[in-house]
Amino acid sequence: MYDKGKVITGLAIFFLVFTFPFWSNIGKTAPMPERSLDTPVLQEMAREAGLDLEQALKEGAINCVEDKDYIVSQHMHLLNLWRDSVVRSGNRMYAGAFGKRHEMSLSKSCMNCHSNKKDFCDRCHNYMNVNPYCWDCHLTPEQMGTASDAEVKQ
Amino acid sequence: MSATRREFLKIAGIAAAAGAAATPAFASFIPGNILWPRGESKRDEAYTAKRWAMVIDLAKLDQKVVETVREACHAAHNVPDFLKVAGMGAGEAKRSEIKWIWPAKYESAFPNDMNEHMSANVTQRPVLVMCNHCDNPSCVRVCPTKATFQRADGLVLMDYHRCIGCRFCMAACPYGSRSFNWYDPRDAKDPKTLVGGRAVDPGFPTRTKGVVEKCNFCAERLARGEAPACVAACKNNEMVFGDLSDPESPARRLLRERYSVRRKPEMGTGPQVYYVI
Amino acid sequence: MLDKAIKGSKLYWWWLFILFGAIGTGFLAYLYQFTHGLGETGMSRDISWGIYISQLTYLVGVAASGVMLVLPYYLHNHKAFGKITILGEFMAVGAVFMCLMFVLVDLGQPMRMFNLVLHPSPNSVLFWDAVVLNVYMGLNLVIGWMVLQCEKKGDVVPKWVKVLIYISIPWAFSIHTVTAFLYAGLPGRHFWLTAIMAARFLASAFAAGPAILLLIMLALRKASSFHVAWDTLKGLAKIITYAMIANVFFFLLEVFTAFYSGIPGHQETFYYLFTGLSHHGHWYGQLVPAMWVSLILMFTTIVLLVVPQWRNSEKVLPVTLVILVAATWIDKGLGLVIGGFIPNPLNEITEYAVTLPEILITIGVYGMGALVVTLLYKIAIGVREELENKPRIIGAAEHAAHGHAH
Repeated sequence: MYDKGKVITGLAIFFLVFTFPFWSNIGKTAPMPERSLDTPVLQEMAREAGLDLEQALKEGAINCVEDKDYIVSQHMHLLNLWRDSVVRSGNRMYAGAFGKRHEMSLSKSCMNCHSNKKDFCDRCHNYMNVNPYCWDCHLTPEQMGTASDAEVKQ
Repeated sequence: MSATRREFLKIAGIAAAAGAAATPAFASFIPGNILWPRGESKRDEAYTAKRWAMVIDLAKLDQKVVETVREACHAAHNVPDFLKVAGMGAGEAKRSEIKWIWPAKYESAFPNDMNEHMSANVTQRPVLVMCNHCDNPSCVRVCPTKATFQRADGLVLMDYHRCIGCRFCMAACPYGSRSFNWYDPRDAKDPKTLVGGRAVDPGFPTRTKGVVEKCNFCAERLARGEAPACVAACKNNEMVFGDLSDPESPARRLLRERYSVRRKPEMGTGPQVYYVI
Repeated sequence: MLDKAIKGSKLYWWWLFILFGAIGTGFLAYLYQFTHGLGETGMSRDISWGIYISQLTYLVGVAASGVMLVLPYYLHNHKAFGKITILGEFMAVGAVFMCLMFVLVDLGQPMRMFNLVLHPSPNSVLFWDAVVLNVYMGLNLVIGWMVLQCEKKGDVVPKWVKVLIYISIPWAFSIHTVTAFLYAGLPGRHFWLTAIMAARFLASAFAAGPAILLLIMLALRKASSFHVAWDTLKGLAKIITYAMIANVFFFLLEVFTAFYSGIPGHQETFYYLFTGLSHHGHWYGQLVPAMWVSLILMFTTIVLLVVPQWRNSEKVLPVTLVILVAATWIDKGLGLVIGGFIPNPLNEITEYAVTLPEILITIGVYGMGALVVTLLYKIAIGVREELENKPRIIGAAEHAAHGHAH
């Protein structure tokens, strides 16, 4: 190989620069943020079940459209399938895992319970540095005037 | 088999291949790793048909009706109004205009049906033009991503999530029914307001800049059992909407009773907006 | 071979500097367009494609024209072109690259570009255009590179490369045919709805593309050691002559059909382009002067090309070719796309005026294409120089096959 020294130095520099995000963050893990489930609608559902919110969530008296773990890891795929189903097939209703029918609507179903976008969606999305483009077109609870985030409400 | 069902089967396969051993951290990269959907359905109250079509009674249209109809449609679908933007030149506003349904001159709507010495009652009346939801839509044919597609009930719809904004459909439409979002339709300072000052109706999403849009025959209203916004805004049956496969539908009745024309049928597109004279 | 691209004269570096300037400016303009929306262009609801798609159409022709060097050499054993096929191939790479960039800057949602792959739609001509253009770019890059490498090492070109070369010949025709189908299959656009569109595209491409190549070769004769024999260039000029005549002939066929049939839809765009149209008391005819200039220049080039002593004159030919490129650019890169949108489907007229960001982005994309072509040409010429300066051990037959006259 010609210019062995130069080539190896070049490769080393490239490798260092390329892996910058990894080694520059070693030992600096930020804790995963907590989602807040404290919204008026969920509080109301807990009250109806005769429990406080924390208990109701723990005992499964309040449920999302699917199992919680599934929703946490798969909500983006569920939303994509809801989207295709509504837009392309004209089906609007979804048979949820817990025996209820739900309207497949981001703003009318998801954001009805989770009216705290800042404390629910944004915390994780900011942490993961994902920037979904939902709100370019759909209205946020804040824009609809139904937001329950403390700082947004003021 | 519905698109969703196919999608589901596809991703179920991927998930099976990936195995159940995936750690939670990577689980979100593997779509659909539990069995679902349990089922999707229409709303109980949804209007359904084999072939939706619109019949417009030209003799009943006047300036007031067409303005009411346009306003009802554009308000229901969050259509911005660039012509009302202060400080935007008339030329630029007209270039950026978005129209779902609008009044055209008879000679513009029916350029091949313009005879000399025709009754002013016909030539001087405004004609409401809109997407024709063609049987053989050229826009759907040219779309490279299936962002515009035809539903089984005839509706030609847009998937605003998928459109890449190539505007091939605009070149392909022989009716000029399609508009492009040259700018963001929402007001830059106030996202609750559309360009031109109208407040956003929370019942329908806005669009984002860079996608094509057009009349959707009010698919969202049909889904909840309501007539299209333009039809609902008509007080005197100026516009009649119905199932062409049903001989007793009001649309079929009107077509049976009166002489009707369509815009540019010679294009072979099979337009499904009929005009009775 | 890549190292050839980073060693060069002062002139070379100045040229790269200029290109980077153009690209940088174009990039900034694109950021502006990306942030504000395509409303910053002159396009509109009625003229929904503008200068970007026009350039795509023109440059597909330039890309396809490389075949006019490859075909005579490989199919007719026209030895004189052996040395210059590489220029045609690398030009095609740059031109297709520009085509793809022009599609990209024209998209309203470029981040979703991969929807083309995620939701492939064989019913869409645009889908096929993307396929044939990408494949053609790949073919030419691989072929050009491999042939050059074999030349450098004194090897015989491997069989699989030969196969690719034979595939690339019909492929060149396909890219411009499919691009013509973008237009020629649309109902309601009378100016485009014509079966001769693909043939007309090819004719204009085979005139304009080789003309650009020939001008580049003349420039290379001045600015580098790459010295193509005048006889070779004369052969190319003959091809340009035939193609240009065919181009104008096809145009006249269109005029006949439109005006002898008397069908208004077929005539309106011609009127708009050459006389202007009156509509509601207003006259629209922005493109009229340019179209007449184009038409007159086309006939002028035909005269200058047909007369042998002008065609074979080292003084006249370059001027003729510059005129030819200008004339075909106005015709295809301006009149064809814009004109096709006028009048609109409702028989109303909106005109198109190009904006500053649009111009800067267009220049930026041309800069990128020129950069690609420059780097590839620099490598090719560098390899040739090296071969000429050192004693060679390849056989005489091989030598002849590569057409080394010097």
